[in-house]
Amino acid sequence: MELDVLMLSRIQFAFTISFHIIFPAFTIGLASFLVALEFNWLRTGEALYRNLFRFWVKIFAVSFGLGVVSGIVMSFQFGTNWSRYAEFVGNILGPVIQYEVITAFFLEAGFLGIMLFGWERVGNRLHFFATCMVALGTLVSAFWILSANSWMQTPDGFRIENGIALPVDWFKIIFNPSFPYRYAHMVMGCYLTTAFAVAGMSAWMILRAREVPAEKVIGARRSLSMALWFAVICTPIQIVLGDLHGLGVLAQQPTKLAAMEGNWERQANMPLRLFAIPDEEAETNHYEIGIPKLGSWVLTHAYDGVVPGLKDVPRDERPPVLPVFFAFRVMVGLGFLMLGISAWSLYLRWRGTLFTNRPFLTATMLMTPSGFGAVLAGWFTAEIGRQPWIVYGQLRTADALSPVTAGAVTISLVCFVLAYAVVFGFGSYYLAKLLRKGPEPIEEAARGADFDERIDRKPKRPFSYPDESLEGRPGRRVNPAE
Amino acid sequence: MMDLVTAFAPEGLTGPGLWLPLVWAGLIAVAVAMYVVVDGFDLGVGILFTAARTENWRDRMMLSVAPIWDGNETWLILGGGGLLAVFYLAYAILLPALYIPLLVMLIALIFRGVAFEFRFKAESSRYVWDYAFHYGSLLATFAQGVVLGAFVQGFEVDGRQFAGGTFDWLTPFSMATGVGLVMGYGLLGATWCVMKTTGDLELWARRKAEQFLLGTIVMMAVISLWVPFLGLEIERRWFSWPNIAFLAPVPILTGLTAFGIWRSLRGYGHRAPFFLSILLFLLGFLGLAVSLFPYLIPPTMTIWDAASAPEAQIFALIGYSVVMPLTFLYTAYAYYVFRGKVEEDVQSSGYH
Ligand code: HDD
Ligand code: HEM
Ligand code: HEM
Repeated sequence: MELDVLMLSRIQFAFTISFHIIFPAFTIGLASFLVALEFNWLRTGEALYRNLFRFWVKIFAVSFGLGVVSGIVMSFQFGTNWSRYAEFVGNILGPVIQYEVITAFFLEAGFLGIMLFGWERVGNRLHFFATCMVALGTLVSAFWILSANSWMQTPDGFRIENGIALPVDWFKIIFNPSFPYRYAHMVMGCYLTTAFAVAGMSAWMILRAREVPAEKVIGARRSLSMALWFAVICTPIQIVLGDLHGLGVLAQQPTKLAAMEGNWERQANMPLRLFAIPDEEAETNHYEIGIPKLGSWVLTHAYDGVVPGLKDVPRDERPPVLPVFFAFRVMVGLGFLMLGISAWSLYLRWRGTLFTNRPFLTATMLMTPSGFGAVLAGWFTAEIGRQPWIVYGQLRTADALSPVTAGAVTISLVCFVLAYAVVFGFGSYYLAKLLRKGPEPIEEAARGADFDERIDRKPKRPFSYPDESLEGRPGRRVNPAE
Repeated sequence: MMDLVTAFAPEGLTGPGLWLPLVWAGLIAVAVAMYVVVDGFDLGVGILFTAARTENWRDRMMLSVAPIWDGNETWLILGGGGLLAVFYLAYAILLPALYIPLLVMLIALIFRGVAFEFRFKAESSRYVWDYAFHYGSLLATFAQGVVLGAFVQGFEVDGRQFAGGTFDWLTPFSMATGVGLVMGYGLLGATWCVMKTTGDLELWARRKAEQFLLGTIVMMAVISLWVPFLGLEIERRWFSWPNIAFLAPVPILTGLTAFGIWRSLRGYGHRAPFFLSILLFLLGFLGLAVSLFPYLIPPTMTIWDAASAPEAQIFALIGYSVVMPLTFLYTAYAYYVFRGKVEEDVQSSGYH
């Protein structure tokens, strides 16, 4: 692996987008979770839901802020590092990405402020409407950006003129063949990320507070229960969607599929490989463990179905096999672990020991980052599997570079790594502190008589929502008068 | 105007292909001008920030911009998004050419944005965020000024790609525009503080505003006199007849505006210095537009050369024309909610 402009730009893009996606993956799901909380509050009038809303909306505000900061960097990289790509796709993806920007902008300008700061001013109904719009906004924003990405995977509705792509049919461009699956699979992935993050954090709060009386952790219990219902519903759907998505890859990107399966020869009766070490030099797998014929059955729904192989195409049209093969297994493995936890939770609910079974709570706690892991692994499968193409079958990644020097890209990569380490270090530390403190006790009095007044006068921005100090004991309020 | 269009537009171009790029150039110019004015004053507050003597002054300065700054910054994304959507060639050429200054700007903006948020929540580490805010603002402004200078100088282009070197932007002229923009944003920031604060802080801001006004005028003069020596023939446009008759008012108005700012700083105007400073900026912007139109990448590529296909422009225009007016409304509303001077007693302002 040579560290030239191409490699450095790829690393930089992978690094910055992997950082970025961590926050949207969480906020997209959390926004919908907040809708559920507020809906339950309006329906039942139980103060607990309102308190939980107030707690999780803080976490939402900070994550959203970090998502915005890291997103601005992304939109510049298409030009700074991939200018030939921008030239090639500009006519098509320019407007599509523009719509993402507009959606994010609209959401931020219009409804986020009301959701975070406006409850007392606008009343329940309008506030609930704002919360719904924020959730909708995150979903629409994801719609556009995933449409752009899917077009790069399965381009459609365009023609090539003078070496650049021009739009022919916007409907086909936006709803390109892989988009419906990718969008559904990604949204479910975000929901699962949030579900397991919320469930894991709540399990941790319950485990930590073993000695304290049950009513202190009632908020954590309710969060855990709701999050696990999300998981129970979404996990099976996600696995079915993933299977359908895989059939799409088989049809549209056969070489990627071969890399995901570690399949060198085009063959019928392909085994389902559980483990192997693909070797690109020798064009074979080492230490392969598999279930005979099952692979063909999963992909073609027939035991003797023919599955394409990597050797179908010349070496220079194959993606790196090892990372794709393993990333795919990490994602699927995590998916089945999630299914296991969901099933276990149903069993414990039936037994009535959901909140007290320590092995279960510990396992759930350990699953906190599983969604992030699965989302990243899924994207690594899709994006590395697309290599050496940046626009599948149309433009090679190597031909998409900007005319910049390796020195310049090295400098920028180092700067991004350092800056992200500092900024996100503080951000995550702050998030961890909010979590340690947990939801406020139920008593309205705990919020202080002047709470509504204070919140009224705060600026309408994400980060200013939480009150907690950056340093010091968890939960200490910043009060210069102290 | 019309003769400029006919002089520069590709021959035989009619219909949407002719007027869409004009519409879009206008829209993006508005977004960029909005960005320069609104983010200009909050970056300016950052430039002044660590010069402020007491903690209380700094708190008040920051409070005056805290509620609105991130809305201000969104104009940058809107401008950039518009560029990719309709002038994708400009995007593909300008961004690699400006790789280093843009990198500096992005990183500076990240730190500055985070400083806004963490400063109010920090106790012992507060001074770290003070400096992050100040240097972030200063660097971001300087980088934007450098981008402006590099833009006026022009770029080496081969076909549809940038053909120059990594450090082509680094010239004495772009350094001068960098300093000039720091002065200009400093002026906007100081006059903003005059408008939004009271007491000693306001008097201090008035003095600072005078200093930055002087710096701005000097730098504007230096840059204007420098431009003819860049060999871009921009001066021909200004000094040929009959253009000179139409354009002469621009420098004259600029001089008058500067004088007006000085007068109102000495007098008791609270809002006048700020709004006149905005006018000064808009006049500078107009001068720039007159000098460069219709080039998007001076000296080779016009807005028609760089524009995407009409289908793409129309598709993007639908979204843009819905969002732009809404954004103006929302921005106006946010400023309305946070109108008036910041209270001197910061604790009672309720911002924790
Ligand atoms: C599946 C969802 C998803 C994906 C794949 C991406 N983003 Fe994103 N992005 C979002 C979902 C999102 C979001 C949910 O809409 C965010 C997260 C937090 C936020 O403020 O909005 C966001 C924020 C965000 C912002 C800040 C907008 C603002 O001011 O509110 C920009 C400029 C981008 N993104 C740009 C990108 C680019 C260029 C991407 C790809 C290369 C990208 N995002 C991938
Ligand atoms: C949000 C989740 C995403 C993740 C985690 C992700 C991950 C990656 C990774 C790992 C690479 C490097 C692949 C390699 O070079 O081997 C990459 C490249 C790239 N991705 Fe993504 N990606 C995501 C979304 C997107 C989206 C939404 C777009 C565009 C609309 C996009 C556009 C690109 C481009 C232009 C490159 C660089 C060229 C290349 O290496 O192919 N990505 N991404
Ligand atoms: C367990 C069964 C699962 C299967 C069979 C499956 C299948 C797939 C396939 C075939 C792809 C590749 C699409 C491409 O290369 O273009 C993919 C991508 C992806 N997967 Fe999964 N998946 C599963 C579970 C999960 C889980 C649990 C998550 C997250 C919580 C997840 C998140 C993603 C993401 C974010 C992508 C990348 C975006 C995309 O192409 O859709 N997957 N998945």
